[in-house]
This record gives sequence, structure tokens and C-alpha cells, in this order.
Amino acid sequence: MTRFPDTSLVNLHNLKLDDACALLQHDAKNIEQEAGESDAAYLQRLIDGLCELSLRDPLTGLNNRRHFRSVLERSIDIVARSGESVLLLLLDIDRFKSINDGHGHLAGDQVLREIASCLAHCLRPMDTVARYGGEEFAIILPNCRPAFGLAVAERIRKSVAALSIPVSPLLSLKVTISIGGAYAPEWVRSTTDLWIERADKQLYRAKSEGRDQVCLDQPRELSVSAEEKGLLFGHLLMDESGIQENVPRDATSDEQSNAPKRENA
Amino acid sequence: MNDGLTPDVENKNTPKVPLKPLGKVLAVTSGKGGVGKTFVSANLAAALASRGHRVLVLDADLGLANLDVVLNLHPKVTLHDVFTGKAKLEDAILPAPGGFSVLLAGSGMVEYSRLTTEVRDEFLRIISSLVPRFDVVLMDTGAGISDVVLFAVSLASEVLMVATPEPTSLTDAYATIKVLVGQQQRQTVRLIVNQSTRSGSGQAITNQLQQVLDRFVATDPEHPIQLIHLGDIPVDPEVRQAIMRRQLMMQHTPDCPAGKAIAQLARTLERTVIPKPA
Repeated sequence: MTRFPDTSLVNLHNLKLDDACALLQHDAKNIEQEAGESDAAYLQRLIDGLCELSLRDPLTGLNNRRHFRSVLERSIDIVARSGESVLLLLLDIDRFKSINDGHGHLAGDQVLREIASCLAHCLRPMDTVARYGGEEFAIILPNCRPAFGLAVAERIRKSVAALSIPVSPLLSLKVTISIGGAYAPEWVRSTTDLWIERADKQLYRAKSEGRDQVCLDQPRELSVSAEEKGLLFGHLLMDESGIQENVPRDATSDEQSNAPKRENA
Repeated sequence: MNDGLTPDVENKNTPKVPLKPLGKVLAVTSGKGGVGKTFVSANLAAALASRGHRVLVLDADLGLANLDVVLNLHPKVTLHDVFTGKAKLEDAILPAPGGFSVLLAGSGMVEYSRLTTEVRDEFLRIISSLVPRFDVVLMDTGAGISDVVLFAVSLASEVLMVATPEPTSLTDAYATIKVLVGQQQRQTVRLIVNQSTRSGSGQAITNQLQQVLDRFVATDPEHPIQLIHLGDIPVDPEVRQAIMRRQLMMQHTPDCPAGKAIAQLARTLERTVIPKPA
């Protein structure tokens, strides 16, 4: 579908670009049409800028809640098909209200910005960190195996706790965060609301158990014990020697008779 | 209330006591994704069709099966349209290359992937009305133990579990069988070992799994579990070729090793679970 037929040239002067330009200018973007820049390219640049604005939190520069939701939706599709482990963390600054009350809102904003930048530095490029609400952040960690989830969350918690945030020339603040997390259940197509709710429950637990800590909702793994696994893979010894059959024939008989013995030794 | 989040073996949405499984409906399932369920479903269907059976392959992964990709089909009408009342069931049943029929879910079905009572009832109604029209219905289910998979499998009279010889695939197959036994009181599961690297390894794998099942799952001698080795499909470059060309292997290279193995699977099925065509 062509919304702008080729015959109609969009006249920049007829478009009401002032509001868009004002928004972008506020965000320190160049809103002037550059010399040699075509109308279409200029318009595209303004649109790109607006798209970016619509996905970003203005105070911290992190992704905003809208972007976060769309990444979370996408993660659910991936998990349903691939069974990949994806961890969702919700983070909340402990006693943030007392910072605002005691040191003013500018200090509060500074704390939010510093923590945001710390979070962004803690993560891998494929992770998504967003400002979720007032003093709440959210992180999506794709391909994060359950065995590592707690270590990752603890590293984030400690990094924030180690910050010394200057809020005035003479004063730096120490802040802590509480973290709640939940894995998307593998193979099950869930909804973002339910997933967030589970992480939120864990965040509540972390808060009520004394703050400055991590609580994760452990995925209910299919229970296959180590003993069962040990027995399951007994045949692999045979299979290993089976693969050897593809190498020169005269070597095979030796390999076959030797392989299990070597394992036993 | 089931929150739809946990792979809950006591999921309220999946009948704990299965509805009477429908004869002639075979579920093709796996513990882990990417082991070749859809490839096996499509080619097994062609092998059965060539032996004179009327076969339908149903995308029971609700739009996430790649049946349309494997068969290079671009359906105009799908199960989704039937669900939303835009089309009749007859119009959604499409002829596939290889002489069998397919019912594709359509991408919109992903919206139904939370198994509400309405979706379940509609799905059941559709399957029930399909059964009399075909000799065999192969359900290409999703992997694992999501509520959709468990529900689809609960409708089938036979479970064909596809696994590859890798430890991850076998662990997941074993875990899935455990759930099927625990939740649906399945006593028989048929195992297809895909991408087998050595003749005879499938039987060895089956024996191994059977031993572990006997020891940890079927602890009640009154209710034994029988894992039946249905057959192996060897690693074969023709499989990859067919998938890349989006052609049905059984149609283009039926005499390659994998093709012969699938033909053998069809004969074994015919001998054991499917009545011979009249």
C-alpha cells in the first residue's frame, strides 16, 4: 500500500512540524534541514528522532516502559518456540522517598540517573534495561541459564550498593536496591502481565525480607535427577565408539574394544 | 487458577483424566524443539499416503509448527479462520504435495495459545469432525510440556516421540514421557530416533530409556510403561537438501537412506497401530 502516491510530493511547509521540532530540539537534536539534505531525508531524520524519543525515558536515557513491554512480548515468542531461558528482573531503589524528602527532588533525579548508568554498564549488549516506573527499573536477560540468574542479579545489586552518588558538592549518597526476578517458563506461551506479576511478587518478598537483596522465582524444572541422567547416558559410550566406525575400518575394531575400557579406567 | 506460566503437570486446563483418546489420531511430539518433528510428520504422512491411506497432518502447535515452510505452502485459509468463523473447516483442509492433506493453524492461532475452555472445546470439536474423514490424523504438536502440547497429546491414541541421540534431546524426551505417564496415564510411547549416526543405536537408546523409566517412573508393577522403538532415521544429506529446497523428501528422493527409513516406519505403523486401507 502506498500512502503517498509517487505523483504527490509532500510539501514540508504544509506539514505541521513545529511540535515535532520542539520535542527534538528539547532533546538537543539538530532540527534544521541541512544543506543538500532532501526533503524526504530530512523528514525521515525527524521521524527517526521521534521514534527514538518515544522509546526512551527522558530522565535516565534508558528504554522506557513502552519499549520494555515490546521486548518482553518478543521474548515470550522466543521462549515458546526455543525453550531459551530468559530472566526478567524488577529492581526498586530502597527508601527512595526519604532521598527525595531529605535531599530534594534534584538529588532524587541524580540518584536515578547514576543508578541507570550503573545498570547499563552491568549488562551485556543483548540485555534490555528500562526505567519501569518512578524508582523502579526492569531488566530482560535473554539466554540466561537458571544456574547463573542469582549470580547476575547479585552482581547488579552489589554494583549499585558500591556506588557513591554525589548529590551536592559536599554530599554523596549510598543507596541500595531490592531485586525480584522470574524466568519465563520454557516452552510455555505465557503473557507479559503474568510474567511481570511473578517477578513483582519476588520483588515484594525482597522488600519485606529486609531490602538490599535478591529474590528469584526459580523455574520449576522438569525433574530429572542426576541419578536418572547418569543412567540415561549409559548408551553414549557405545555411541561414541559408533561414531568411530566412520573412520578407517581397520582402526574400528580396536577403538570399539578399547573405548569402554578407557572410560572405566 | 492456573496462571498459564508454570509447566504445571496438574494444569487444570489439561484434562487430568484424558478424554477418550481418538483412534487413528497419532501425536508426533518431542521433548525438545528442533529435532525434526515437522519433517517426520510430513514425510511419514507421504509414506502412509503412498500406501493408500487417507492422511491428514494437523498443525497442533497452533501456528508455531513449520509445516507450511517444510511443504512450501501458502495457505489462504487456515484453522484460525475456522476458529474465528470466517471459513468452513472443509475449506481449511488443503492438499499437500505427497498426496495427503494438511490443516495449518495460521499465525493468528498464536493468540489462542493460552488454552481457555473455549479454545479447547473448539479444538476438540474440529478434531472430532476430522477423524471420520481420514484413516490417519498426524498431529504435529509443539515440543515440551506446555498446556497446548499436553492437551493435543491427550487427544491422541498413540504418541510418537521424536528424539535425536543427543543427551539434551533424550533428557527432555524422558522428562516429557514422565509427565505423559504421570498426567495422562500413558502406558505406551513409541520412539523415533532421528539423525541416528549408527544403525542399532535407536534400539540401544530405547532400552536405556526403558530401564530408567522402569526404575524411576513405572515403580508400580501393575502399571508398567512400554517404550517401543518404532525406528531410526539415519543422518542423511538428502534431508538437509530437501529442507533447504522446501521439497518433500518422500516425493523427490524416496530411495535415500532417510526416505527408506521413513517408509519402514510407515510399514511398522501399519503393522501395529493403523489398520490396512480397505
